[in-house]
Amino acid sequence: MEEKKTHRDRPWLMRTYSGHSSARASNELYRTNLGRGQTGLSVAFDLPTQTGYDSDHPLARGEVGKVGVPIDHIGDMEALFHQIPLEQMNTSMTINATAPWLLALYIAVAEQQGVDPKSLQGTTQNDVLKEYLSRGTYIFPPGPSVRLTTDLITYTVQHIPKWNPTNICSYHLQEAGATPTQELAYALSSASAILDAVRASGQIPADRFQDVVGRISFFVNAGIRFVEETCKMRAFCALWDELTRSRYGVQDSKKRRFRYGVQVNSLGLTESQPENNVQRIVLEMLAVTLSKNARARAIQLPAWNEALGLPRPWDQQWALRMQQVLALETDLLEYGDLLDGSPVIQTKVDELVAGARKEIAEIEVRGGMVACIESGYVKRELVQSHTRRLRAIETGELSIVGVNCFRESAQSPLTAGDESGILTVDATVEQSQVSALLAFRAERSQQRVDNALIALRGAAESGLNIMPPSIDCARAGVTTGEWSDQLRQVFGEYRAPTGVDISKAAAPEASEIASLRARVQRTGEELGRPLRLLIGKPGLDGHSNGAEQIAVKGRDAGFEIVYEGIRLTPAQIARAAQEEGAHLIGLSILSGSHLELVEAIHHELDRIGAADVPLVIGGIIPQADAEKLKSKGLKAVFTPKDVDMNVIMDQMVTIIREANGLQPAA
Amino acid sequence: MSQPETMTIDTLARLILQRDRAALARALNLLDDRRAAARARAKELLELLQLAPNRVSGHLVGITGPPGVGKSTLSAALIQVWRRRNQHVGVLAVDPSSPVSGGALLGDRLRLQAAGDDDGVFIRSLSSRGHYGGLSAEVWPMAVLMHSAFDIVLIETVGVGQREIDISRLCDTTCFVAQPGSGDSIQSLKAGILEVPHILVVNKSDMGDIAVRAQSELESALVGDQSNARWAVPVLTTSATLGEGISDLADSIEKHHFFLSKEQLLAARRRECQAYWIVCRLREEFGEQGIERLGGHAKLTSELRSSQSSLFEQHDALRQRVM
Ligand code: B12
Ligand SMILES: Nc1nc2c(ncn2[C@@H]2O[C@H](COP(=O)(O)OP(=O)(O)O)[C@@H](O)[C@H]2O)c(=O)[nH]1
Ligand SMILES: [Mg+2]
Repeated sequence: MEEKKTHRDRPWLMRTYSGHSSARASNELYRTNLGRGQTGLSVAFDLPTQTGYDSDHPLARGEVGKVGVPIDHIGDMEALFHQIPLEQMNTSMTINATAPWLLALYIAVAEQQGVDPKSLQGTTQNDVLKEYLSRGTYIFPPGPSVRLTTDLITYTVQHIPKWNPTNICSYHLQEAGATPTQELAYALSSASAILDAVRASGQIPADRFQDVVGRISFFVNAGIRFVEETCKMRAFCALWDELTRSRYGVQDSKKRRFRYGVQVNSLGLTESQPENNVQRIVLEMLAVTLSKNARARAIQLPAWNEALGLPRPWDQQWALRMQQVLALETDLLEYGDLLDGSPVIQTKVDELVAGARKEIAEIEVRGGMVACIESGYVKRELVQSHTRRLRAIETGELSIVGVNCFRESAQSPLTAGDESGILTVDATVEQSQVSALLAFRAERSQQRVDNALIALRGAAESGLNIMPPSIDCARAGVTTGEWSDQLRQVFGEYRAPTGVDISKAAAPEASEIASLRARVQRTGEELGRPLRLLIGKPGLDGHSNGAEQIAVKGRDAGFEIVYEGIRLTPAQIARAAQEEGAHLIGLSILSGSHLELVEAIHHELDRIGAADVPLVIGGIIPQADAEKLKSKGLKAVFTPKDVDMNVIMDQMVTIIREANGLQPAA
Repeated sequence: MSQPETMTIDTLARLILQRDRAALARALNLLDDRRAAARARAKELLELLQLAPNRVSGHLVGITGPPGVGKSTLSAALIQVWRRRNQHVGVLAVDPSSPVSGGALLGDRLRLQAAGDDDGVFIRSLSSRGHYGGLSAEVWPMAVLMHSAFDIVLIETVGVGQREIDISRLCDTTCFVAQPGSGDSIQSLKAGILEVPHILVVNKSDMGDIAVRAQSELESALVGDQSNARWAVPVLTTSATLGEGISDLADSIEKHHFFLSKEQLLAARRRECQAYWIVCRLREEFGEQGIERLGGHAKLTSELRSSQSSLFEQHDALRQRVM
């Protein structure tokens, strides 16, 4: 018999989200990863770059090069892509508030490499709406943010036709607690908010509007309930097809296709028995690959040590290999859609579609996505969903292996090494980044910089497209902080609603809450007034889930909670603790800059004469650092292992009792 | 915080009058403290402050209205204007609390803080702690404490319908903030439910036509009451987020203060507030019969109005009488 070679579909794009320390170190990492078979780049920027501060800004202290690469100016961008030919690359940049700026730098580097910007391929995330709801790296109020987003879109559609100008993200919504229905509804409502704004901007002729719709792509999450998640992907395809046809009149079916990339769920990855995360990641990957008609275009996977800290190259390699095994060893890519025609699947898809339609209509009634962000409606819904999930874990209704069941474990060899299984960023990178920045500033032509900034400001004020003057700024040697400051002056800054003001009894609670509540009240009576907990998020860290859930639980336990949201300075936190008469300050830090920030807060408390307020911290705190912090006077350190928030609350009451000379155990 | 109180009340009072932040914080904690020893110290402290010749005796300004109209954002904008005019501002932000757990999320600070790090501003949040009118017992003593040190004491409360009455009885000047497009506040004005505040504000003027409409509706709803009033209630529009109309609002607030001083109404008003607070506390503790035992509401109020003694002194004396 003649041997017939079976047809295999082309695998999806395999990416690893990475970048840290410096442009040069990240460049080496990228080149290694490309050598190992990775087929695209996914750039992680550090928090100062994402929030528009130069590396030498006071707010950047402790954050430079930590969770991503610092890009201060064109010199850094050049170094990041050194010997990586941009015309052959597909580069995805997780960048939002400063997206126009980072794209401008990318274009300017392409010009330097002699590459025609028209040929560039890649993605700027450029979805600021979800920043207000989950990710936290917004700068300006929603109105101006939408305008910058649309400027980038209209510019690339006209000048860099293969660029994906925006990646509407539901990924981050699930990471902040969203249910599949909420993910569908909020992502699609965000997409129409942006498309409406593009249409209203008048920058795109009516006959080219289809092209804009066709360039919109999505970035989606896939959780552990992988059957439902597959159905969610099919629901996305159906709803997008409908929306683009009915709302935007797109005729060409190719331009109505739901194109999406994925990062699988990380919120459910655990600190306890972290090896189990590997199974979780693989199963989650199935959700977005099984159904050929709703398959992801690009996938990036977290690593087994997600809840411990940053992944090392080997951890990332392991995650990449998972994708390769699925794509190359299994027979998945040899078949057509496995789920078409399944009545079970169709029923679930219909249910999700109906639920999403209902919530989309609700948003519409409330004035659209932007209004619902400003009013706090969507954020509250997310916090509520997350609270429900945590209560279900608390009561055991939702099983998490190794966390609330099967907790016994043999010693893990994975976390035994010297680095305790994570990447630590050398603390000296900040210093060298800052010196390099100072040197860069000294060498450029100030005159050229000033002129470029004046033009930028002019465009910001007049409403001209922001991209051309931004590209000029990039060429002139403007820095990230300078670009952002101009726009801050024009647009102002914003603080988003925290969403913690959800109604009481959102979900059934464990029975311990009653005795906890009594203890909180009794201690308050003994101290003369209700217990007050100030929850502080210092620095640029946007991870708010932990702080929000502690706030809600604390309120439910009877505390008076003061929580002002993310990105406060140590001085603001210390001052608030004093003015509000807090009995306890609870910090939440997941960005890795806890040592620097705690020191700064101690210093501030001392300075204003409030050093007697006890301090605890929660977040991603490696064991060694926890010891250091405790030796400096922190009363307790909580990490994701401490899943039972009733226990956390109880410990905090004990700490307050101790600090106030009451019998601790009572 | 809880260390045995080593500082004498004299020192504490002196530091408060100098706007020392640590002392202010400590004193506010003391006023919040329900233990007997603390109450005695609090009483002493307030007496000292009420008598201090160098006390500021600032202007008590209430900002009230339904949730979400922009009271906190507007307050932050006002604070900036006042700071530019070199005034020191104390803020009491009263948030509704959860009746079930007693716990509360004090969220106003988030928007108020837009004022930034500024030693001329001091913000304290309070939960309403389940009281019907939305105002907890601590508000008045804390306001008294703050206005001895700050030029302006701003009190933010949630007020819908009948509930704003409470705050208007504890302030020199009450601003009611209305939401364009929602007929509620206009309806309650017309129905006479809403005790007429001194200044009406339609915020979110950036929403366009509906704000203008709300303004004219409010104006026409007011007409009846304005004819024989010595203070004509202005209806202003603001956009807290764009910073529009804020100086005009600040001017109006100042004008009302000037009006009260000129008409020599200020001292009487303060005594009125104090009387109201005491009656509320007594009613809370002893119910309507308690008030009856003291001779009934009218007699009690007029007795309190004419008395010159300090807050806690009056309160304690009356408590003794009931018991
Ligand atoms: C969810 C998540 C996100 C969400 C955040 C959504 C949100 N609004 O919170 C999204 C997707 C937006 C996100 C983004 C990023 N993330 Co993230 N994220 C996570 C993840 C998966 C879970 C964190 C979480 O929310 N857990 C649930 C909450 C309830 O748990 P928790 O905060 O740990 O809180 C518990 C305890 O720690 C404690 N606690 C916490 N705070 C407090 C406070 C008090 C007072 C008390 C008493 C207790 C307490 O109590 C809680 C009860 O169990 C972690 C990894 C992991 N699995 O832990 C990574 C992780 C924190 N992220 C990480 C990174 C790098 C990022 C990015 C910076 C990536 C980038 N370069 O762009 C971005 C940027 C975010 C920003 N603006 O800062 C890193 C941090 C690395 C480090 N510290 O060294 C982690 C560890 C992942 C990793 N291994 O790389 N992330
Ligand atoms: N468009 C607009 N929004 C405003 C204005 N003032 C406040 N807001 C928004 O209204 C919401 C509620 O504001 P907040 O000050 O917390 O209201 P409060 O509950 O009355 O204190 C927030 O999202 C504000 O940004 C305004 O003048 N115009
Ligand atoms: Mg408010």
